[in-house]
Amino acid sequence: MKRLTGAEILLESLKEEGVDTIFGYPGGAVVDIYDRLVKTDIRHILVRHEQGAVHAADGYARASGRVGVCLVTSGPGATNTVTGIATAYMDSIPVVVLTGQVPRGLIGNDAFQEVDIVGITRPCTKHNYLVSDIDDLNRIIREAFYLAKSGRPGPVLIDLPKDVMSMKAPYRPGKKIKLRTYQPTYRPNLRQLDKVVRLVKEAKRPLILAGGGVVLSKGSEELTRFARKIVAPVTTTLMGLGVFPPHDQLWLGMVGMHGTYRANMATSCCDLLIAVGVRFDDRVTGKIETFATQAKIVHIDIDPSSIQKNVPVSIPVVGDCRLTLQILNDLLEKEKLNGIPEVRAPWLDQIEEWKSTRPLAYKQGQVIKPQYVIETLSRLTRGEAIITTEVGQNQMWAAQYYHVDRPNSFITSGGLGCMGFGLPAAIGAQVAMPDKLVVDIAGDGSIQMNIQEMATAIQYRLPIKVVILNNRYLGMVRQFQELFFGGRYACTAMECAPDFVKLAEAYGAAGLRATKPEEVELVLKEGLSLEKPVLMDFVVEKEELVYPMVPAGEPITEMLLV
Amino acid sequence: MNQTKEERHILSVLVENQPGVLSRVAGLFSGRGFNIESLCVAATTDPLVSRMTIVTIGDMGVVEQIKKQLNKLVNVIKVVDFTGTDFVQRELALIKVRARPENRAEVLRMVDIFRCRVVDVGSEYYTVELTGDEGKISAFLNLLKPMGIKEIARTGALALAREKK
Ligand SMILES: Cc1ncc(C[n+]2csc(CCOP(=O)(O)OP(=O)(O)O)c2C)c(N)n1
Ligand SMILES: [Mg+2]
Repeated sequence: MKRLTGAEILLESLKEEGVDTIFGYPGGAVVDIYDRLVKTDIRHILVRHEQGAVHAADGYARASGRVGVCLVTSGPGATNTVTGIATAYMDSIPVVVLTGQVPRGLIGNDAFQEVDIVGITRPCTKHNYLVSDIDDLNRIIREAFYLAKSGRPGPVLIDLPKDVMSMKAPYRPGKKIKLRTYQPTYRPNLRQLDKVVRLVKEAKRPLILAGGGVVLSKGSEELTRFARKIVAPVTTTLMGLGVFPPHDQLWLGMVGMHGTYRANMATSCCDLLIAVGVRFDDRVTGKIETFATQAKIVHIDIDPSSIQKNVPVSIPVVGDCRLTLQILNDLLEKEKLNGIPEVRAPWLDQIEEWKSTRPLAYKQGQVIKPQYVIETLSRLTRGEAIITTEVGQNQMWAAQYYHVDRPNSFITSGGLGCMGFGLPAAIGAQVAMPDKLVVDIAGDGSIQMNIQEMATAIQYRLPIKVVILNNRYLGMVRQFQELFFGGRYACTAMECAPDFVKLAEAYGAAGLRATKPEEVELVLKEGLSLEKPVLMDFVVEKEELVYPMVPAGEPITEMLLV
Repeated sequence: MNQTKEERHILSVLVENQPGVLSRVAGLFSGRGFNIESLCVAATTDPLVSRMTIVTIGDMGVVEQIKKQLNKLVNVIKVVDFTGTDFVQRELALIKVRARPENRAEVLRMVDIFRCRVVDVGSEYYTVELTGDEGKISAFLNLLKPMGIKEIARTGALALAREKK
C-alpha cells in the first residue's frame, strides 16, 4: 500500500470529496500542507485575512450549493476564522474549515501559536475534530464533508496537528460514510402530510412562509409549484429571498422587522401558515405572543429542534424541504382543487389592497436615495445578478428593492448579521460562478471591515462589483438612535472615511462616484460594464430610514411606515 | 410554549466515549441557558460508549428542546427521559459528620436506621456512605445537620429503567 504523509492524505481525501478550490492563508503549522497543496490541481485563493477565507468559502457554498473549504494556520489564523464560522453556523452553510495545530506533543503547553480552536468553536460548529491519529485522518475528512452538507448543513472544523501532517502512513481511499449517531430524516411522515392537504383544502386564508431551508434543499421550483397549485401567497424570510419569482401575483415580499406591510399583515391575518425551512427568528416573528395568532401553523423543517422551539405548531413535519414539497405536490395532484381560486379570491383581494395602499416607497429628491440606487441596480441587471450584502440599512434596502429572481443569488449574513461579510462572500461567489455578475451591496461602515479583500479580487481577476451606499453613518444603529434614543447619535457618525474612489485605485480596481441622482444610472452602467473589480461610491442621503420598521419586541403589525 | 409547569427530569444519555463529549454536552446546557442539577458520567460495558445521567429542571417545552438539542450532537447515541416511566434511581453520598463521644451513639443509630455504613473513623468525625434516592439522602442530611456536617460529596442521580416483571 502507498505510504503518504498526513498532508498528502489530507489532499487526497479532499480530492475524493471533489474539492476544487480552497480559500486560505498559510503559516508555520500548515506549511507542510501548503508545500503539497501547490502540487495538486486544487485552486488556492490567497485571501488577506482568515475571516475573509471563511466568508469566501461561505459565499462559494451559498452560490454553488457545494461545500466551501478553507485552510488556515494555528493560533491567530484559527481565531480569525471564528466570526466566519459563526456566520456560517447561524445560516446553516456547509463549510469545512481546516486549521493547523501545534505538534501533538506540545498541545496543552501554551506552545507558540497554540489555541484550543476545537474548544473555542464547539458552540458554533455543527461538529469539530482534532486529528490525533493519522489513521483517522481520511475518515474524519470524509465525515466532516458528510456532516457539513447533509441534514441541516453547517460548518465543520478539523484541527490538524503539524506532526500528523508530516508523518507517513499507509493510505487507502475512504469507504462510504455511515454514522450510527447521525441520521437526518429526509422523508417526511406521510400521515402528517395528509393532514396538511386537509388543512390546505379547508383554509380560506393560507400563507406560505419560506426560508433558507428551501434554498439549501434546492426546493425553489417545488415551492413555486406548490404555491400556485394551492393559490397561496408567498412571503420569505431574509434567508429565503429568491425562492419565489418576484413578479408573481402571489409574491408579498419579505416578512418581519423590515418586511413589507402586506407580508406582515398577511402573516397576522392568515388562517393557515405553511412555514417551510424557517426557524422563526425574533426578527421574523416580532412579539411572539401575537405572531400569526389566527393561524394553524404547519412547520416543515429537516431539523427537529427548530420545530416547536419558538412558536407552537399544529402540524410538525420533519423532513427535507424539497422532498416534502414534492410529495405534497404529488398528493395534491390527486385532489380536486378546482374550487380553490374562488375560495381564495377575497383573501387575494385583501392582499392586493394592502399592496396598493401601503407599498414600499421613498421619494427621490435632490440627494441620492439609497433605495433608488438599489432599484436602478435591480432594473439594470434584471434581478439576475448574484447579490451579496453587508449588514445594516444597506442590507435591508437590498432585500426590499433588489428583486432577486432565483435561489442562491441573495447572499447575506442573516442569523449573525455580520458586517464585513459581503465583500469576501462576493469573492467566493465569483470564484464559484465565474460567468455571473456578482455585486456586493455595502455600507460605508461594513465595507471597511474586510476591505483588504479587494487585493484578493484583483490578484485573481475576480470582477466583483461593490456598491457602497455611503451615508457617512453606521446607519442602522443611527436609525435606532433616531427613533428610540431621542436622536442622540452616540458614536455612529463615520467622521473619517477614506476616499473610496482613490482607495479602489490604490488596490488596482476601478473607482467611481455618484453624488447626484442623475449620475446613479450612469455610474452603475459604467461600473457594471467594466471587466474588473469596481468600487462604486454612492453618496446618499445621510439620514434616510428603513421603512417599514417594527420596533424590536413589538407585534409585526405595529409597523412604523413612511 | 404553554405548558409551563417546571418539573425535574432525569435524562439518560448514551454518548460515544470520545474526548470533548462531556464538554459538548455541558456547553450545550450552559450556552442555551438550560439548567443542570447534576451530571454523572462513566463508561458502560461497551468501552466505546459512556452513559451520562443528567438531572435537569424545566417545563415541557424546555425539556423537549433539551432532548432535541442533545440528539443533534453528533456524538450522542440515544437520549431517554425517565420522567413518567418506571425506573430505579440511586445516588451515593459521602458525609463527614461530627462524632464526638457524646453523639457517636446517635450517629451510629442513624446509620443503622438508614442502612448506610461508616467508612472512615477519625477522632472527631465519621465518614458515612449512603445510597438512596434523592428523598432518602435529603432526609438523612436533615437529621444529621444538628450534629454538624463538615463536608459532603454526592454523585448526583443515577438511573436505569426497570425491567418488565
Ligand atoms: C461585526 C459587526 N459589528 C457591529 C455590528 C452592529 N451593526 C449593525 S448595523 C451597523 C451599521 C452598519 O453601518 P454601514 O455598514 O455603514 O451600513 P448602513 O446601516 O449605514 O447602511 C452596525 C454597527 C454588526 N452587525 N456587525
Ligand atoms: Mg453607512
